[in-house]
Parts: sequence; C-alpha cells; structure tokens
Amino acid sequence: MIRSVTAVAVVALSATLVAVFPRSILVFLAFQCSLLFVYVTRIPGWLRAGLLGLALIVLMPLIGFFNGYYLEVATQVGIFAALALGLNIVVGLAGLLDLGYVAFFAVGAYSWAIFGSPQANLIFGGGFPLAPGWFYVFLFVGLGVAALTGVLLGLPVLRLRGDYLAIVTLGFGEVIRVLANNLDKPINLTNGPKGITPIGRPPALGIPYNEAFYFLVLLIVVVVIVVNRRLEDSHIGRAWEAMREDELAAQAMGVPLVRAKLMAFACGASFAGVMGVVFSAKQIFINPESFTFLESIGVLAMVILGGMGSIPGAVVGATVVTVLNLQVLKGFSLWLNELKNAGVTVLGYSLANLPTQLEPAKYERMVFGIILVLMMIFRPQGIFPARRRQRELAQAQQDSTVTPVVTS
Amino acid sequence: MSALFEARAVTKRFGGLVAINRVDYALERGISSIIGPNGAGKTTLFNVFTGLYEPDGGEVTFRGRSLLGLRPDQITALGVCRTFQNIRLFANMTAIENVLVGMHARVPLHLWDALTHRPRFHAVERGLWQRGGELLERVGLRGKANEVARNLPYGDQRRLELARALASGPALLLLDEPTAGMTQGEAGHLMGLLRQLVADLGLAILLIEHNMRVVMEVSDRVTVLDHGEKIAEGLPREVQGDARVVEAYLGRRASRKSHAAP
Repeated sequence: MIRSVTAVAVVALSATLVAVFPRSILVFLAFQCSLLFVYVTRIPGWLRAGLLGLALIVLMPLIGFFNGYYLEVATQVGIFAALALGLNIVVGLAGLLDLGYVAFFAVGAYSWAIFGSPQANLIFGGGFPLAPGWFYVFLFVGLGVAALTGVLLGLPVLRLRGDYLAIVTLGFGEVIRVLANNLDKPINLTNGPKGITPIGRPPALGIPYNEAFYFLVLLIVVVVIVVNRRLEDSHIGRAWEAMREDELAAQAMGVPLVRAKLMAFACGASFAGVMGVVFSAKQIFINPESFTFLESIGVLAMVILGGMGSIPGAVVGATVVTVLNLQVLKGFSLWLNELKNAGVTVLGYSLANLPTQLEPAKYERMVFGIILVLMMIFRPQGIFPARRRQRELAQAQQDSTVTPVVTS
Repeated sequence: MSALFEARAVTKRFGGLVAINRVDYALERGISSIIGPNGAGKTTLFNVFTGLYEPDGGEVTFRGRSLLGLRPDQITALGVCRTFQNIRLFANMTAIENVLVGMHARVPLHLWDALTHRPRFHAVERGLWQRGGELLERVGLRGKANEVARNLPYGDQRRLELARALASGPALLLLDEPTAGMTQGEAGHLMGLLRQLVADLGLAILLIEHNMRVVMEVSDRVTVLDHGEKIAEGLPREVQGDARVVEAYLGRRASRKSHAAP
C-alpha cells in the first residue's frame, strides 16, 4: 500500500516538476527514473500498467507540449528500443552475433524513402511520390523487405558461428551502406551520398506531427514487445535458446538449425524494417550516413547494457544509451563549455586556457566508452538481465525463482 | 522383410584411419548393446546412425527408409533419438525446458500460432508441459521440473537427457554410456527403467555401455566391436564366451589359452 502511494506520488511529482522546469535535463531524467521505479517496485500489476500507460500515453505528450525536444527524445528512444528488441532476438535469444544489424533498418528506410518521394520517378517515369496513406502499407512492405533481406543474409552464413558470423554480418552491414552510397548509377535508385528528400509523411489525423510520430512509435514498440514475449514463450523461442546453449545437441533433439536461424534473422530484421520506414518519414531526409557501422554497434551496446536476451533490458538499454547520447553527454559538454567561457578556474588553472583538443564536446564518445567499460566490469550481465543470462554468469549462485510449470 | 533398423557395410574413415569397417547391423525392438574396448568405433557408429557423420560407404535404413543424407533433426523427426556420452544438456535451461526442446519436432504449431496466441496454441502448449511433466516423473525427476539443468546432480543429468530424448517420441533410442559415472545401484535402477520403457512403449533401445554387469543383465543381444569391425554378436552369454571377444578385451595370450580349450 505504501509502495503504491509512493509510486503514484513519484510519477506525479516528477511530471509536475518537468512542467515547472521544462528546460532542466535533470528533472526530465528524474521523470524517466520515476517510470523505472514504477516498473521495478512491488505494486499491484494493474497499478503498474495503469501508471506506465498514463505516463507514456498522457504525460509524455503533455511534457512535449512544454518542451518539444523531450518528445523528440522519447520518439528516438522508442525507435531504438524497437531496434534493440529486434537485435535482442538475434543476439540475445538465438545467440547469433550480428554486427550489421542497422542494414535492415536501412533497407526499411530506403523502401519508403524511394517510393514516398519523387525519387521513384527516376526509375519508373512518373506518378510518385505515393499518396501519404501508402505509408501505412509500407510499414508492412518495409517489414517484408527487411525480413527477406534477413533471410538472404542468413543463407550464406548459416554454417558460421561466433567470430566468423560477426565478421560476415559486419561486412554485410557495410555492403548495404556502400550500395546505398553508390546506387545512383546506372539507375538512380538511392541518389547516392546526397540522400533522398523530401520523404512523404503519413496523414496524422489532425494531431501535430511530433505527437503523431510519438504515438506511432509507441504503438509499434508495444507490438514489438508483445511479439518478442510470445516468441520467447513458444517452442520457437525455446529452440533458439537451445541452439544458443548447444547447437549440436539442439539439432540432435530435432531442432532444424537452418530454419531456426533464418527465422531468428528474419524476425529480428523485420522490426528494424518497420522502424526504418517510420524513421525515413519522420526525418523527411535520409542518406547513407544514418546507417553506419557505429549505429549497429550502438544498438548492440543497448542490448548488452540492458541485459542480453531480456525484453525490459533491451528497452532500458535503448533508453539509457539514447538519453546518454542525446541529453546527458550533450548537457555535460554544454555545461563544461559554459564554465570555460565564464573563465572559471579550477585549482588555479583557468579553463579558458584549455587547448581545443580537450574541448568537452569531444569527450562524449569517451565518456560513453568509459561507462560501457565500467558496466562490463561491475555488472556484465546488464541492467535487467534475463533469467538465463544471470545463471550463465553466476554459475554457482543458485537462482531460486521458479517458473510456472504450465504457461497460459 | 526388413528390420526396424538396419545398417549394411557401413564404413567411416577419418583420413587414413578406418574408424568403422564394413559393419553390418540390424535390430528390432528390445534392448541391444554395443560393447568394445576404447576406440573401437562405438560412438562413431552412433554418430553415423544419427546423421552427425556421413559414412564413406554403406547404407543405413530405419523402417525401410534410408537415413543417409538426412540431417540429424530429420532423423530425430523420423523417430531415432539419442543421448550423448559427455552429457550435452542445455545447461542454463530448466529440466522441463530441456524436455520441451526435445519435443520440438512433434510440435504442431507454426510461427503464426505463436504470434497470434490462438486458442489452439494454449491447448497444445499446455499439453506439451503436461507431457513434459509426465516424462520427468517417468525418469524419476519428479519435483525437479524447474531446476536448472546445470545444478542437477550427475545421475539426474543423465536421467534428464534420457527424458529429453524420450520427448521426441522415438521408436529407436540410442544411449551412449547412460550409466557412466553412476553407482552400481543407480545403474541397476536405470536399467529397470529401460526395461519398463521397452515394455510400455515398445521401444527399441541401443546401448553403448562399459559396465559389463549391466550389459549382460539387461541386453537381449550384444554386439562387440573392435578396431572398427564387428567381431561377435549374439546373446549375452554367447558373446561372453567368444574367444575373439576375450582377446579384444584381455589381449592375445589369454586368447591362445581359450583356443586350446575346446
């Protein structure tokens, strides 16, 4: 009871604070932490679902009303959460290390970018861009194309494992990016490094675009989570986990490895494909620079940081990395810059004399790297580890949590 | 009339080493054993039978159907399942989950069923868990369904591997040293269980075993391999008295003596 009241109070207080101080990053972080608190604290399930629903469906758009950038951050978090959840299937459940995951995101993005902009006129002569309503059809087209690409990637690498698989997928990710960079001739498909613009946006039913995209992304993330859950709790998920544990034994027990692996690649890829379509419409402009190797690594970092094979882990990992990159590190840099410009002296040394090589803005990646390293040292299983992962890492520790014998 | 399971002139070479040389083998229901000194090719033969190795020559049929060129999972789906000499459980999954994976080939569900959660999905899934529970009970792991496989004692792990193999609904079960590391009492218990399985389910069981007391007690038929060749076959007591078997196990001098005897 006390916990329930606390949870409600924490959410209400942090949301109010955001409304009062719409410019303070710390307050927005507190709001995010309050949601995390609601998720982990022991309160009745209906209250937890209600509070999270309220916060995400009502409070977040309201906060966007006070500070539009926060809604943008939330939308980005959603996009990356879906990507992390997709990669989580491939890496976390099936144990296939994929370093080129962003390629599927690119495939989805380009599928709408080409047909939702005048770009397709260069190929088919005329009649483009497609009407905005087609966007919703292309959500499924993007899904299909990405899944197909997943199978195409899967086929040649089926016999590879571990490091070898990682190298090939890394190469595949680069191939897609280089293709996007160079397919402006002989037929101009992707417009090369210049990128495609303007990409059509979907009809938003009278809601402002920022809110519309936020809700769309939220809806997709919810669907992705449900799909992830259901896969995990089915014979397919069990086969993936068995495959990760011992490929040979899994096959000897009747798991068709080829099918199971292709299915993992296709399922993981399809989420990225859908989000790619949304991403291209949201950004209006895309070019190959959005789909670099670093993006793949970023998504992988989210999965690992959150906890491999864990659904809440993937979501939290995506949130932490995105917020860290978009807000915390940027905010940190801004703050240090302000100190520098104000000529503050630390231990008798004026920050204004700081060489430009040491400008705070350049630390961002380094700080992120340090956080990742510390994380791997002190909590290698991730923030919200999956049950199984916990066991793998803490072999001796007996985990006494009991799974239901009959799932329903 | 072909036997339930038949191998003809199976040969497997690793480079210059002939691991199995033109071995003929046939079995019907009941318990058969393969024995032989270390390195005789017993496990290699198992690996050929279950599709892990492609033989260099010969033919393997199950219910009149050739198994050559089939993948291990296809062979399992046809009804031939095995356990491993060095236990290969899914160590971080629970006992019941291990058994459920064993049922994979018999799950009549598709991706779509799992995603939509149609009523059929729940019905089938509930049936699987229930059958899994029954299998665990059958091998004596009642109440350990939610234990993580790696935390089970050694003997239980062997039993769990048996349950997992049974879960695939096999007509022929290949067990690679199922009593290794067990006490004589545990081994006797397991053999009782195998007898029971043969009686209840009409299974054919093929054992690789080093525990001679177990082999001689439980087997309907014993085959002896040495240096990749079949050197004897028959009822346990026939094989026990065979001169070549004694030679294979004890060396040449002993064999000369037994040659002189008749």
